[in-house]
Amino acid sequence: MNLTHLRQLEAESIHIIREVVAEFERPVLLFSGGKDSACMLHVARKAFFPARPPFPLLHINTTWDFRDLLDYRDSFCEQHGLDLIVYTNEQALAEGMNPFDFPTPQYSAAMQTQALVQALKAGGYDAAFGGARRDEEKARAKERVYSFRNKQMQWDPKNQRPELWNLYNGKVNPGESIRVFPLSNWTELDVWLYIHLEQIPLTPLYFAKPRPSIVRDGTIIVVDDDRMRLRPDETPTLRTVRFRTLGDYPLSGAVESPATTVPQIIEEMLVATHSERQGRLIDHDEAGSMEQKKKEGYF
Amino acid sequence: MATNDPLDPLAGVDIDTYLERHQQKELLRLLTCGSVDDGKSTLIGRLLHDTRQIYEDQLAAVKRDSVKQGTTGGAVDLALLTDGLRAEREQGITIDVAYRYFSTDRRKFIIADCPGHEQYTRNMATGASNCHLAIILIDARHGVMPQTRRHSFICALLGIKHLVVAINKMDLVAYDQARHDQIKRDYTDFIAKLEVHDLSFIPMSALTGENVVEPAPSMPWYLGPPLLAHLESVHIASDYNLADLRFPVQLVQRPSHDFRGFAGTIASGMLRRGDEVVVLPSRARTRIDRIVTFDGDLEVAQAPMAVTLTLTDEVDVSRGDMLCHPDDLPHQSDQVEAMIVWMAERPLVPGRSYLFKQTTRVVPAELATLHHAIDVDTLERRPASSLAMNEVGRVTLSLHRPVFHDPYKHNRATGAFIIIDRSSNGTVGAGMLLDHSELAETAEHTLDDPWTAPGVDEGPRDPGSVITAGEREARFGQRAVTLLLTGLPASGKATLAYALERRLFDAGRAVTVLYGPAMRRGLSRDLGYSADDRSENLRRSAEVARLVNHAGMSCICAFVAPHAAVRQRVRQLLGEDRVIEVYLSAPAEVCRQRDTTGMYARAERGELKAFPGVSAPYEPPERPDLVLATDTLGPDECVTQVLALLQARGLIT
Repeated sequence: MNLTHLRQLEAESIHIIREVVAEFERPVLLFSGGKDSACMLHVARKAFFPARPPFPLLHINTTWDFRDLLDYRDSFCEQHGLDLIVYTNEQALAEGMNPFDFPTPQYSAAMQTQALVQALKAGGYDAAFGGARRDEEKARAKERVYSFRNKQMQWDPKNQRPELWNLYNGKVNPGESIRVFPLSNWTELDVWLYIHLEQIPLTPLYFAKPRPSIVRDGTIIVVDDDRMRLRPDETPTLRTVRFRTLGDYPLSGAVESPATTVPQIIEEMLVATHSERQGRLIDHDEAGSMEQKKKEGYF
Repeated sequence: MATNDPLDPLAGVDIDTYLERHQQKELLRLLTCGSVDDGKSTLIGRLLHDTRQIYEDQLAAVKRDSVKQGTTGGAVDLALLTDGLRAEREQGITIDVAYRYFSTDRRKFIIADCPGHEQYTRNMATGASNCHLAIILIDARHGVMPQTRRHSFICALLGIKHLVVAINKMDLVAYDQARHDQIKRDYTDFIAKLEVHDLSFIPMSALTGENVVEPAPSMPWYLGPPLLAHLESVHIASDYNLADLRFPVQLVQRPSHDFRGFAGTIASGMLRRGDEVVVLPSRARTRIDRIVTFDGDLEVAQAPMAVTLTLTDEVDVSRGDMLCHPDDLPHQSDQVEAMIVWMAERPLVPGRSYLFKQTTRVVPAELATLHHAIDVDTLERRPASSLAMNEVGRVTLSLHRPVFHDPYKHNRATGAFIIIDRSSNGTVGAGMLLDHSELAETAEHTLDDPWTAPGVDEGPRDPGSVITAGEREARFGQRAVTLLLTGLPASGKATLAYALERRLFDAGRAVTVLYGPAMRRGLSRDLGYSADDRSENLRRSAEVARLVNHAGMSCICAFVAPHAAVRQRVRQLLGEDRVIEVYLSAPAEVCRQRDTTGMYARAERGELKAFPGVSAPYEPPERPDLVLATDTLGPDECVTQVLALLQARGLIT
């Protein structure tokens, strides 16, 4: 009797996470609070049971996260006794960086990419787990499970290692590091099926409810607090919406949906006609933006 | 929301039924081999499109691009769905494999797509390493090409058990059955040289979609299923080795004083709570106490589950160790034979130090011998002094510590390894361990008979010693002889040899033991178990025994030595009067029961070839000096009988 595809994916991810812990000095898990990092964290908890994962979680706080997401993050970590580190690029913040006055690429470079690089350096982490999947977009299809970064935490596209079988090469020189993607072979459907099967708690943002929102340039933006800068013709109204992907609230597109349970979300996804990342304003800005961000140190 | 569209994922079922079904899916990993010209990208695009993995926004982008850069005259060019990597290749980004995902009600599929021509061998090996199945694309207009052979060879090398030959572009040859049959014949002739278990041919057109997902009315002569139906039904359950337990320890878990667990992925086989296990390399024996998982303890676990084990005894276990069942152990050696694919600019050269990673074990290693390189297009062997990038060769590697391994073809998880460069840290090679005994059988023996071949220097053997044999006999109180203990594997040779050595030593005699496996770890580490290699091993051992005797010491040789003719040559080499032949006559069935190493079981499963008593003859001596019925006699009685014989012959006083 073979394992089902989900159990095989789970076993593969556990193997990867354990292998990194065995071969690296200071791993850390990037926890965004989204469904992929919740799924990855769940697998990590399985990997070390009955112990707790032997690494802290790192959340990059841009200060524009949804409040629901922060509440979820804190209660989840507290409930499971997980060590959480929150990092913000205070310098950029002090210089007035915000998602309204700056173009999205510049804003995300400062508050996400640079913040992440700073946080990893500050912690001396030599391996960072991320929840990215290869099916997210075409450019990710070729990603390794172990993604090597030089001392400047940059990704050198010409110097990545072939990966065969489940034999990962974890040799790095001091100062070098890796990003690790244990969910590489999962698809969006796999993640949802697994969340359903394992009853993994998620932030309420994935589930539909009436939320104050505006429509800007064809995208539904939920007004999460009074810092949102509204244009003169914009008045928040209640729409029953949810999110397929999460980011900073002023930059995350919601979808109108009645789905309030995981099965309903899966059902909606199966008949959906648009890909997941479409809700992420951050990726639309320029073609090949993902590659550019990665070279600078983004996931 | 349910419709009657057969490809609608929710067709006719409610969401709960759907979820139930999709939680039970199997996973099939496959590889597509072929160049863009063969229609590989189009085929992958077709599979993704026709199984509804493509969202409207993605398809819209492809439609736009089809007008700009497509090769289909403005019609939707499905190849563009997967071709997001072209620009990246132009930027010089290394892409060895791109992975694509799709699923149906029955299975989830992971496609490993290896782009590019230049690094094809390296990329294909990487992509194939985790695959069950490969699709070999052939353009129906061109038939079997050199690249078809190369792809098939690499698939066989990487142990892919299922091959599907997709004879594509049938629309361009008017769906001609004769053309299809010709290609099928050509390919079947060629593939006979390679080891492939399951071979299918599907005529199709990826461009039009015929025989990809939907059957093709245009080819009524083809009676098999379309590609997708084949992929959904091909039998992969038996591809996993569930027979031989191999549990490489990944991590030791010690969250508290009362819990010590060993975390790892079961590489092959199954284990149950209470099973007796052997820890390698310490060989300590213990039992599985618990199989711990987050979802509760298990009674049974199997590959490829990731579990944590606790043991009933406080034995020493660390990362890199392996747990196995005591009657079924892997090979343990610091010298391995392998096929290797080289992946780095800097070539593989003898003497340079590398790291060898196999299971969870990493050990320093050197290339001991490069036997030959293999031309991936012609499959011909050629002598080589180094392996360049994308070359394949057969090697012997010398490891600084032993590893626990099986032949790759029996066990991918314990037969695979990677080579890491110690200065660049790069992954520079990948290898598949070979079955040593089997190799030796097929290796060509071009040497003349080594027993009689002339040496390099034909001078007298011992020109200088002024100490006479008589002086040595007087010193040690014995006439030095060689006792050849022969008998089936596990007939008690080693036990008797060491017991006898003890007694002789205690009595003040100068004596040593030459033990077959010990010879094989050292002087004969390049040899296997074929008849020729066994003969050569015994010849070398006889030479050692001769030196030992010459120094005045007696030598107890414990060897299977199954061939009467070879034993006779030992007598000739040492001198008839120096050899005492002792036959341990325990029959095969008794030896099999006594065998603690699992070698009989492995021989019966065909994993050990030419095994005396199972798959190869053992020729009992016709006139041995002594016969010991080791099935009934104990070691002490045997020792007594041998000593009595030595005294009776006046060899000891």
